[in-house]
Amino acid sequence: MNLDLPLLELAILIPLAGAAIVSRIGNSDQARLWCLGFCGAAFACTVGEWLDFHTLHAEIAHDPGLLARSMGDFLEIDALSAPLLPLTALIYLLTAIATLRTKIRRFSFAGTLLSLALALAVLSCRNPWGIIGLLALRTVAPYLELRARGKPTRVYVLHMALFVVTLAAGWLFVELEGLHRAHSLWAVLPLLIAVLIRTGGFPFHCWVTDLFEHATFGTALLYLTPMMGAYVAVRLVVPIAPEWVLQSIGLISLATAVYSAGMALVQREARRFFSYIYLSHSALVLVGLETLNPIGLTGALCVWLSAALSLAGFGLTLRALEARHGRLSLTNYHGVYEHTPLLAVCFLLTGFACVGFPGTFGFLGTELLVDGAVQTFPHIGVAVVIAAALNGIAVVQAYFKLFTGTRHVSTVPLQIGLRERLAVLSLAALILGGGIFPQLIVPARHHAAERILSQREPPKPAGLHPGETAQFSAKSRPPKPK
Amino acid sequence: MPFMFHAIALTPLNLLGLTVVAVPVLLVAALGLPFLYGRPLSERWIGRIVQSGMIVGLLASLGVLGLMLAQGTRSVTLDLGHWVSLPHFHFAFKFVFDRLSVPFAILSFVLCGTIGAFANKYLHREPGFARFFMQYALFVMGMIFTSLAGTIESLFFGWELVGVSSAMLVAFFHERTAPVRNGLRVWIVYRISDAALLVAAVVLHHLRGEGDFSALMGIYPWPESHTVLTGNEPLIIGLLLLVAAAGKSALVPFSGWLPRAMEGPTPSSAVFYGALSVHLGAYLLLRVSPLLDASPTLSALVLILGLVSAMFGALASRAQTDVKCALAFASLTQVGLIVAEIGAGLPRYIPLVHILGHACLRTLQFLRASSVLTDFRQLENAIGSRLPPFSSPLGRFVPAALRVPLYRLAVQRGYLDALLFEYIARPVLGLFRLCDSLERRWTDFLSGGQSRESDRALGAASTLDDLSL
Repeated sequence: MNLDLPLLELAILIPLAGAAIVSRIGNSDQARLWCLGFCGAAFACTVGEWLDFHTLHAEIAHDPGLLARSMGDFLEIDALSAPLLPLTALIYLLTAIATLRTKIRRFSFAGTLLSLALALAVLSCRNPWGIIGLLALRTVAPYLELRARGKPTRVYVLHMALFVVTLAAGWLFVELEGLHRAHSLWAVLPLLIAVLIRTGGFPFHCWVTDLFEHATFGTALLYLTPMMGAYVAVRLVVPIAPEWVLQSIGLISLATAVYSAGMALVQREARRFFSYIYLSHSALVLVGLETLNPIGLTGALCVWLSAALSLAGFGLTLRALEARHGRLSLTNYHGVYEHTPLLAVCFLLTGFACVGFPGTFGFLGTELLVDGAVQTFPHIGVAVVIAAALNGIAVVQAYFKLFTGTRHVSTVPLQIGLRERLAVLSLAALILGGGIFPQLIVPARHHAAERILSQREPPKPAGLHPGETAQFSAKSRPPKPK
Repeated sequence: MPFMFHAIALTPLNLLGLTVVAVPVLLVAALGLPFLYGRPLSERWIGRIVQSGMIVGLLASLGVLGLMLAQGTRSVTLDLGHWVSLPHFHFAFKFVFDRLSVPFAILSFVLCGTIGAFANKYLHREPGFARFFMQYALFVMGMIFTSLAGTIESLFFGWELVGVSSAMLVAFFHERTAPVRNGLRVWIVYRISDAALLVAAVVLHHLRGEGDFSALMGIYPWPESHTVLTGNEPLIIGLLLLVAAAGKSALVPFSGWLPRAMEGPTPSSAVFYGALSVHLGAYLLLRVSPLLDASPTLSALVLILGLVSAMFGALASRAQTDVKCALAFASLTQVGLIVAEIGAGLPRYIPLVHILGHACLRTLQFLRASSVLTDFRQLENAIGSRLPPFSSPLGRFVPAALRVPLYRLAVQRGYLDALLFEYIARPVLGLFRLCDSLERRWTDFLSGGQSRESDRALGAASTLDDLSL
């Protein structure tokens, strides 16, 4: 089935064209304005595409644009990707809006638009090689920024190179072995490693903290918050991997979630604290995706949306604080509440939304995720609750460190400006709105979860390496779609 | 199901019930939205809104009680439908008005209304006036949702709101370090309590497929309900709920946060830690009391925990040097006794009446605490001589050899905080700090030099300081 309008194609082409135009603008103020325009247009297109898809009631919809048709079925959306596209565009738009004048010389608006186009292209693509190629391309922009700023690149390069190589190698073996059969370790293991690297699973997580250390906060935020690692897992791993692989990823992610939440408690600098909070939530999403039951998977897809939105807001709040005070130490109190009360409220709101606080977008998702995790991992699924509890403590501890504990004296006004207020209030409205009306999101996510499970067809016996192939148990086999 | 709300029959009882639930929500919206949009309300308007809300809420809850008594109804369920309904997972939004929840809701409105009026004068021209009432509104909402919850998820919703508003109010005077540290301590204990409650909710979902209390305690109204769980199920769920209750009510070993909570302004100390919040654990145990009836082991544990907490509270309250802390431990003594009454299986109305009476008395004492010295002087002037020093008659029965260790134990508040920090927090944080240093070595190795740019932003102190004594 086709979408009514070529909005998907436009959503990708507009920022792509925007990147070319903005790169030629020398004035940073003008570049920002143009960037805002292109991001806004892309966001409008993605919202339109989501509504269009919703009204079609289709499982998959193709873009009717000329370019899309010439590329075959390269651009298409389904229940999984439909809300992820506007979410990603919104994160980019809000980041561009909330970029302060003091930072616009450092922040690459052309690079942001290019990154947006690539991110939307990844999410619109279901072709495995297309996803792999686009994700590989997406790794380049942060590298170029690190190089341009004279920062160390080795940690990032090593991890991303390993990610691209393992992903490509794994999928190559999958295709060589045939899609509809149980796969050998040669295919499954590289894919498992690739997913763990991209999501920041232990022990492959250090590149995330390193990126936050050295890249601009905005770039790191935009590269990570759309959670492309989870997308790789859903598109490339969940449909073909045997149950033991998914459970292994789930267990590693469970450990990562608790570990990262604990590490967030002992961090002495705000960016590193944020990076561990991100890692913990990224791992929690992966835990849900690997539970292989509709409730856990629905929870993961809900937490994916809520965590991406909340983490973006949380990160933007920290970024706004950094713009005023420089890098923020968590070893002493800053006491800036009286200067920026709205930022303080936003910090708490987005932080609590991340940890699934009642009344926020993340609440129901977390509840479903815990339920699903306990179903699949009866004895250790409770670790999700421990991770959420530790994250909650870390968020409040950071809040107290940054906003309270002393009286900050400043000779210049530090209140947030109109643009930042707009970004903050938009996020607050979405976080609270999603918390009050979760039924607008959750059933659609459940539908997407059932579709993902229905793609896990029982494989034919491989017979290649008996010791290295895994069996699909009856428990994991999804019911036939109605 | 695309949308959640059921069509509710517009009976007077349902309308009044809806009002009771809606008032705190509207209060939060009325105080919160102007702040978010950069138009904070004046003190006068905040006072008026709070007063109106509390009066309407109280009248509505009294109306519910009156109608239930007039109609002879034992229990009214206000079913707002499923918040989310998926195959094998229902999240119902349901409130129950019965002989337990209605008195508790009335108590909440009476005490919160009193404290609202008191705080309106007490915090006049305080810089955090609006912030106090915002957190107060969240607290009221949490209390009402917890009191009336018909499902464990609705209860969890209210439970968390009470937790966060309480922790923020402990840190109300946030330009000083001590209140902030104490607020964090309270929050940590509350998170443990919340985690236990969430796990209990998940286990209940697992066993029954839904979180309704009716699935847990059958269809009969409180206190005649009987649990439908069998085997070890009541013990497992009951233990989790006991941990949640112990955290919220500051029972042993979580009692350390109670004196720390006194850092907040007196109105919040009075209503939260002296009267309402500290009774929530006992309220939860009363709500799930059929589980205790079904499990003698659980009942025995509740009884022991209550008695130990009561004895500890009685001991510690005698050695405190400030009146708010002494009152806090006196509260703990009574809460311990209430829990012991629940564990001992006394008729359920006894602990309920005990809660209502104790909450009102303690609120009065807390509100008078700031003028206790003036009261003493007035009394001494009236009688024309000094008041005799107070000494407990029980002291005579304590052997001389035990007096100093017991005094030390009381002054140090049972070393509970120190023990929790020494044997739980420090090893856990130490482990993560070790991991952090190993990660530093690993990234230094990979990048071939110093990998942490953030070190430049750091001061000399350590984040561990906040979690230490």
